[in-house]
Amino acid sequence: MSLSGAQVMLECLRREGVAHVFGYPGGSVLPIYDALYDCRDIMHVLVRHEQGAAHMADGYARATGKVGVCLATSGPGATNLVTGIANAYMDSIPMVAITGQVRTTVIGKDAFQEADITGITIPVTKHNFLVKNAADLPRTFAEAFHVARTGRPGPVLVDMPLDVSQQRIEWSGDQYPLKVDMPSYRPTTRGHEVQIKRAAAAIAQAARPVLYVGGGAVSSGAQAEVTELAERTNILVTTTLLGKGAISEAHPLCMGMLGMHGTAYANHAVHNCDLLIAIGARFDDRVTGKVDRFAPGARVIHIDIDPAEIGKVRQPEIPIVGDVKTVLQVLLKHVEPRPAGEWNEQIEEWRQRFPLVYPRDGGLYTEAIVEHIGEATEWKAVMATDVGQHQMWAAQYFRTRAPRQWITSGGLGTMGYGLPAAIGAQFARPDERVVCLSGDGSFQMCTQELMTASIYGLPLIVCISNNRSLGMVRQWQEMFYHERYSHVDLEQSPDFVKLAEAYNCIGYRVTTLEEFRAAFAAALEQTNRPVVIDCSVTGAENVFPMIPSGQTVNEMRMHTRLEELRSAPNADPEGWSYDEEDQKLSQIVDAGHGGAQKEN
Amino acid sequence: MALTLSGPSSVQGQQHIITVLVENHPGVLARVSGLFARRGYNIESLTVSITENPDVSRMTIVVGGDELVLEQITKQLNKLIEVMRVVDYTEFAAVERELALIKVNAEPRDRAEIMQIVEVFRARIIDMGERAFIIEVTGGTDKIDKIRDLLAPHGIREMVRTGVIAMARGSRTA
Repeated sequence: MSLSGAQVMLECLRREGVAHVFGYPGGSVLPIYDALYDCRDIMHVLVRHEQGAAHMADGYARATGKVGVCLATSGPGATNLVTGIANAYMDSIPMVAITGQVRTTVIGKDAFQEADITGITIPVTKHNFLVKNAADLPRTFAEAFHVARTGRPGPVLVDMPLDVSQQRIEWSGDQYPLKVDMPSYRPTTRGHEVQIKRAAAAIAQAARPVLYVGGGAVSSGAQAEVTELAERTNILVTTTLLGKGAISEAHPLCMGMLGMHGTAYANHAVHNCDLLIAIGARFDDRVTGKVDRFAPGARVIHIDIDPAEIGKVRQPEIPIVGDVKTVLQVLLKHVEPRPAGEWNEQIEEWRQRFPLVYPRDGGLYTEAIVEHIGEATEWKAVMATDVGQHQMWAAQYFRTRAPRQWITSGGLGTMGYGLPAAIGAQFARPDERVVCLSGDGSFQMCTQELMTASIYGLPLIVCISNNRSLGMVRQWQEMFYHERYSHVDLEQSPDFVKLAEAYNCIGYRVTTLEEFRAAFAAALEQTNRPVVIDCSVTGAENVFPMIPSGQTVNEMRMHTRLEELRSAPNADPEGWSYDEEDQKLSQIVDAGHGGAQKEN
Repeated sequence: MALTLSGPSSVQGQQHIITVLVENHPGVLARVSGLFARRGYNIESLTVSITENPDVSRMTIVVGGDELVLEQITKQLNKLIEVMRVVDYTEFAAVERELALIKVNAEPRDRAEIMQIVEVFRARIIDMGERAFIIEVTGGTDKIDKIRDLLAPHGIREMVRTGVIAMARGSRTA
């Protein structure tokens, strides 16, 4: 059977089990869109801007562990993907981005809508390909998906010139490689047994150990192993922003997030620990602050699938290169039970002394919004955030029960990510409630995707924490730039309710917590229409605790009203408490959406 | 291509000669050199050529930095999909060679001295004009630096160096 390159491409996507492609047409991808016209088994989602397509593929990947796929035309279509690709790269998200390219005969001639997208994306992709012959398509796509999903996952771009998409080749169906073998790409997944035994011995010897768990634990599907390790050894766990969900945050051994806006007790624990067990985490500057004062007295065990992360920032005493889940399974064979001791009591004391606080006075605070979203959805909602203050409050107060429930832009910090990522997650998990928490700044960076959500009838709930300013930048200007508020005022924004209605969504405006609860309840009734809730929150609030950039736990700034708020009633609200359902939840997610890691 | 080429004086810590075996694909040089620029590593010199296997190219890169920097460079290079192998020649005995062409002023009264220098360094004069010679010299970087310094008082009009290539001694291969 003779097929065009574009049709071969679709065959390749079928072989990889791709169910959704997020894309936008254009001149160089006309043959691909012509092939899509007859395609019934792969759903193409028409976005409104290519950046949205990349973020949707990213959100889809985070919500499932599968490879997200986005598609754009050459030139501006391709360059519009770049932010989304860079975002996925920073957070190690598996993605295949397919771009059209001008004909091979005019590449390099500054043809109409030509951009050297493989050149542009070298620094932000795990790998990329320019296909020059349709016969190379099957091997190229097999390698692209293989590279994207294995090892440390990441985005891969495949650039397809127009004539390659048009070129007809004979297709028998068996050209697609069943197994990919790339001699120069063989990630190490099994950790070194000797090092793992050393790690077990270090854990047995430690008086003040802490588990520091990052996104690698989520991408390798290691929630059961992380939880088991913590429970057996009674070692408290702190997670990074991307590690949220690697252990249920209602678990008594979970201290929440660490770092710049992490909990004070997690930061005190890390600062004073004598053994730091880093699991799929990369010692990001938002975590460490001043590197040589980070966990200064600790021996470090570092488990990571990427050898380049070992020693990049902090030299570990015990490096273990391998897949987190695989390594932890072996580690658990060697780790002896260990009772809770004085160290656990010390951390509990810090937890009592330095709790997360905000004024529970009925005012509409973003923290209260986050907690209500959690309670109203039994903490089961898939939560996508944008970037800024609301993101940090969500990280602090949204207590993730299961992996892949928390979708946020960590490394790149991309404003505008939240809405399209939530859309991607909703396509991936149609039967679950997806909530996007955004800010009035972030929301305006990809607003156009409301149309996508609306056309496809997604029951998304978008809550805009509207403080009429760029809150995080304002906070830094207040604290570090002498209150010189330069260009952070967003008083003049569109009417978000009317905007929602213009996109055929439902819009609510709320100014009190009571109103928010009612609006959210109404939103939960929706099954096929997005709801936007414009929450006019108390302005000029700051996120605390905060360790200023490049500083240490000693410079941590606590909430200015900590003393008063700690002793106020309801300082620690009744959340759900850790139960058997939490473990079950994670296993369901793993079984349903797993497969992120294949054995190499 | 964004190469950060800097003189030997800027080298922090030790100099390392690393050999990178890469798949012979278009654009692979950009991936490797871009990595150095992006991560802030200094390249002293870089040479690329084909090898005994036409599918494989060999890059020899001289880079400055301490052990930790070199470890990061090696790991980051290994992450590039088309990089097959990275070998640090500082770890074991290797032969290092560089070739230079030096065009030096050669007034009649200076010619004898220049020819003497050429002889001592086992270099060759490969072009002789009325006012200038082209001298070809092969050797380690130190040797080439030295002959350059000795010729400098006569006035070096132009110099080109290949950059270092290296090969392990004995039967060991990269």
